[in-house]
Amino acid sequence: MSEHGQAPDGGADATNDGEPTMDAARYPDGSLTYPPHPIGPGGQEPVGTVDLSEYVAEVVTWTTSTATPPGVRQPNTLAIVEFDVDGEPVRAIGQVAADAVETGDTVRPVYCEELRDPEAGIREPESQAWDGFRFEPVA
Amino acid sequence: MERVAIMGASMTQFGQRDVWIRDLLAEAGHACLDGAGVAPDAVEHLYVSNMASGEFEGQTGISNALAHDLAAMPAYTARVDQTSASGGAGVYAAWQSVASGASDMTLLVGGERMTHRTTAEATDVIASLTHPAEYKHGVTLPSFAGLTARRYLERYDAPREALGKIAVKNHRNGVDNPHAQFRKEVDLDTVLESPIVADPLRLYDFCPITDGSAALLLCPESVAREYTDAYATISGIAGATDTHVVHERADPTTMGGVVDSADEAYRMADAGPDDVDVAELHDMFTILEVLQSEDLGFFEKGEGWRAVEEGVTHRDGDLPINTSGGLKSKGHPLGASGVAQVYEVYKQVTGAAGPRQVDAGTGLACNVGGFGNCVTTTILEGAV
Repeated sequence: MSEHGQAPDGGADATNDGEPTMDAARYPDGSLTYPPHPIGPGGQEPVGTVDLSEYVAEVVTWTTSTATPPGVRQPNTLAIVEFDVDGEPVRAIGQVAADAVETGDTVRPVYCEELRDPEAGIREPESQAWDGFRFEPVA
Repeated sequence: MERVAIMGASMTQFGQRDVWIRDLLAEAGHACLDGAGVAPDAVEHLYVSNMASGEFEGQTGISNALAHDLAAMPAYTARVDQTSASGGAGVYAAWQSVASGASDMTLLVGGERMTHRTTAEATDVIASLTHPAEYKHGVTLPSFAGLTARRYLERYDAPREALGKIAVKNHRNGVDNPHAQFRKEVDLDTVLESPIVADPLRLYDFCPITDGSAALLLCPESVAREYTDAYATISGIAGATDTHVVHERADPTTMGGVVDSADEAYRMADAGPDDVDVAELHDMFTILEVLQSEDLGFFEKGEGWRAVEEGVTHRDGDLPINTSGGLKSKGHPLGASGVAQVYEVYKQVTGAAGPRQVDAGTGLACNVGGFGNCVTTTILEGAV
């Protein structure tokens, strides 16, 4: 966890009441990024966070991948979604928690403790977080 | 500054090979030196473009190994890794070594050995370039292609068939390339009915996993003239990056690294997209040929898909793209691909492309790493 309280790899943070959060970084110019970065699009360090799990998003595009790497569910439907945080857009990518999704659908983040098997792929398991948020269509 | 020439080029057979990375690199390196009539001990700088020999086969230190295998000691050596753009980055490093005056004879060899790994394992090695926030969701390069293709097709109301026609075109071109992994034509129905890999893209929208190597010999133009009249010069070359996290780009259908590297390469060459006669683009996925053709300025944004429909990018069209067969047909041994792109352009502008020959005085190669994360654009001109 960084000094600003964000998980730099997009993993969930735990709030004081223990609920995981999906923290985007907020920068002095008002811009947001998910995941957080040490330096934002405007060249400045973040000054705070926004919990995207409290918002809904719109599906920008999606795919269903059938050729998945070791430790990843098959098939793996992924989506790029866009949140509107008080007029400021911020995008995220993630697995879809449903059999089907369409461009333009409204989705909400749902927490998942383990998105893929950390032991199965090439990346060192201890090098990053493996929990995070999937996107579930809102009926 | 004296212009930098490419005075020799070689490439091995691409495909499934029974030799390991050291032998692949040595095969292309020896062929390049022998073809140019240059002794190994004349090489002053030796660069090796390679993404992942350590991850694929547990062999590191391959630039020093190649220097020994070629008997090129005491040449300075370095390995250049820029993921799928390692080859293009190697061309840039080799150009810099000559242009700076540090070397009068620089050999660049790019190569990768991949096919001993399963598709899933190779996909994971390549996907390891992604940000942790992407990797943990199982995001792969093919899945980026599917996400982007859907966005492009929906945004520009482009037909799915146009992407399939790129595969058909590049397979047709590959038939005439003796080094290509696939020398077989495919028809549009075969492409459109092949298994889904990353919806809406199917198997034939993707390049294969490949072993292979390619090499280039660079020197000052005055040195090249001592050896041959059949050389090319690098009139423009530049590299650029885009965001590591792909979804943060303002327009998912624009590859900023292509735009920026091309702008600088055109400026250096005092040329523009209209001056390019032939191009090798990084068609790791069919959608990438469309995006690059737009971001290089060949076509308006959202219109690139029409080029293949109208025959513009066919071998007998106004702007032939991927006369080699592209990564799609020729194959994509990661570190070799950018070198092999320049090999094809070199062959075209020196009139040595055989049955693939087109009328070309100026050619361009665009090598893409990640999903547009790192890009190198190179412009070659034939000697006049």
